[in-house]
Amino acid sequence: MKKLLISLIALSFILTAGNVFAKDWKKIRVGVEGAYPPFSFVTPEGELAGFDIEIAKAVVKAAGAEIELVTSDYDGIIPALLAKKFDCIIASLSITEKRKKKVAFTDKYYNTPAKFVQKKGMIATYSKDAIKGKTIGVQRATIHEDFIRDNFGKDVTIKSYGTQDEVYLDMQSGRLDMLFADSVAATEGFLMKAEGKNFEFIGPDFTDPKWFGTGVGIAIRKADTDLVDALNAGIAKIRADGTYKKIQDKYFDFNVYGD
Amino acid sequence: MDFSIILENLNVYFDGLQNTLILVSVSLIVGLIFAIPLAVLRTSKNIVINGPIWAFTYFFRGTPLLVQMFLIYYGTGQFDFIKDSFFWIFFKEAYFCALFAFSLNTCAYTTEIIRGAIENTPHGEVEAAKAAGMSMLLRIRRIILPSAFRRALPSYGNEIIFMLHGSSLASVITIIDITGAARKINSTYYSPYEAFLTAAVFYLCITFLIIWLVKRLEYSWSGHLRRD
Repeated sequence: MKKLLISLIALSFILTAGNVFAKDWKKIRVGVEGAYPPFSFVTPEGELAGFDIEIAKAVVKAAGAEIELVTSDYDGIIPALLAKKFDCIIASLSITEKRKKKVAFTDKYYNTPAKFVQKKGMIATYSKDAIKGKTIGVQRATIHEDFIRDNFGKDVTIKSYGTQDEVYLDMQSGRLDMLFADSVAATEGFLMKAEGKNFEFIGPDFTDPKWFGTGVGIAIRKADTDLVDALNAGIAKIRADGTYKKIQDKYFDFNVYGD
Repeated sequence: MDFSIILENLNVYFDGLQNTLILVSVSLIVGLIFAIPLAVLRTSKNIVINGPIWAFTYFFRGTPLLVQMFLIYYGTGQFDFIKDSFFWIFFKEAYFCALFAFSLNTCAYTTEIIRGAIENTPHGEVEAAKAAGMSMLLRIRRIILPSAFRRALPSYGNEIIFMLHGSSLASVITIIDITGAARKINSTYYSPYEAFLTAAVFYLCITFLIIWLVKRLEYSWSGHLRRD
């Protein structure tokens, strides 16, 4: 019994050691969200789908590895990466200075502006004064939350939600006056659906790199520089061979990559 | 590990502490106020009285608090007849929804705790009261309930602690309680360990206080049983 125990412990050491030191990236575990249509969502059949998911599959394949998708709550996704629950994050994570302190990023794989959404006709024209006192919904741990907190924190009531879908739900129920989110996510995930028919965009596109970064990239632990290179090569490859455009056209009728 | 971010943001936790304390104490008080009469009625042999209360406690003890909160928070927002009614003023507020869910939940548990205590009242006490000519209401007020409270107190102490821990769910419907504060710090600094450890310390301190208060109460309520 004791021998068995010792050999089991030894075996588990060998196995975990294998995991830690295997750096040839035959298999890449990708952290995704699954509640951010059209980028990442779960189909009625229970499958993960969306732009992020398909990009993830294409990039990892182009990098010559196998993929394993791991879902994670968005507000815990960077800590989960650091805790090695997966090897990279492909979850519409914008490349910001704040996040760069914790993780490394690849080049961008898309870039879209952020916008306010309101009930149709609530305010006629956007201005900082016009939205004073409003209740604004954002997803927790996003660039959108940071932007609202830093720029409107004193003038509005901010409500933070775990997922973007919950923000849409409370917008619909009337608990929120406005929401602030990625324009593409809000269009496809809310405004174009039946639930979003009474709502509209208001105000300009927000793109200030201080909050919105330089586009959306893949996040990787800083130590794994070889994985950054491999995934960058993957992104470049799918951009060049038309795979990216094919995936883009499936979800959007415009250029989601930006300039 | 970097606890300086916690020290810099301690005010976020104290705001959260305030919300947690309000949520827990208000729902415990409301729950207890309703639980006492419900527990008495629940001991009735008449199924018309006893049945609905059984169904109520069965539902709220048989479903997770998180599910109850989602039903009340997102569920009410789905129906136009609620949104158009007077009640929406209340259900619009996340705070009210949390209080409502917590109160119902703790009320259900407390009802069953007190019912159990009432049913364990020694027969002799009730018979003595009857022999002294007390009416039923007087008997309940003077004999059965005080005796039941004494027996229910240890399990009610647990219920208070469960409610404190359950209140951490308020953070999923946008309320910044202690857990909400930890989530906020975690999502700002990506430091789950520091953020949630601090929350744990806050909860431990409150739990310690609750245990101490309940102990004291138990001591003073059991004066007639002490030999010193």
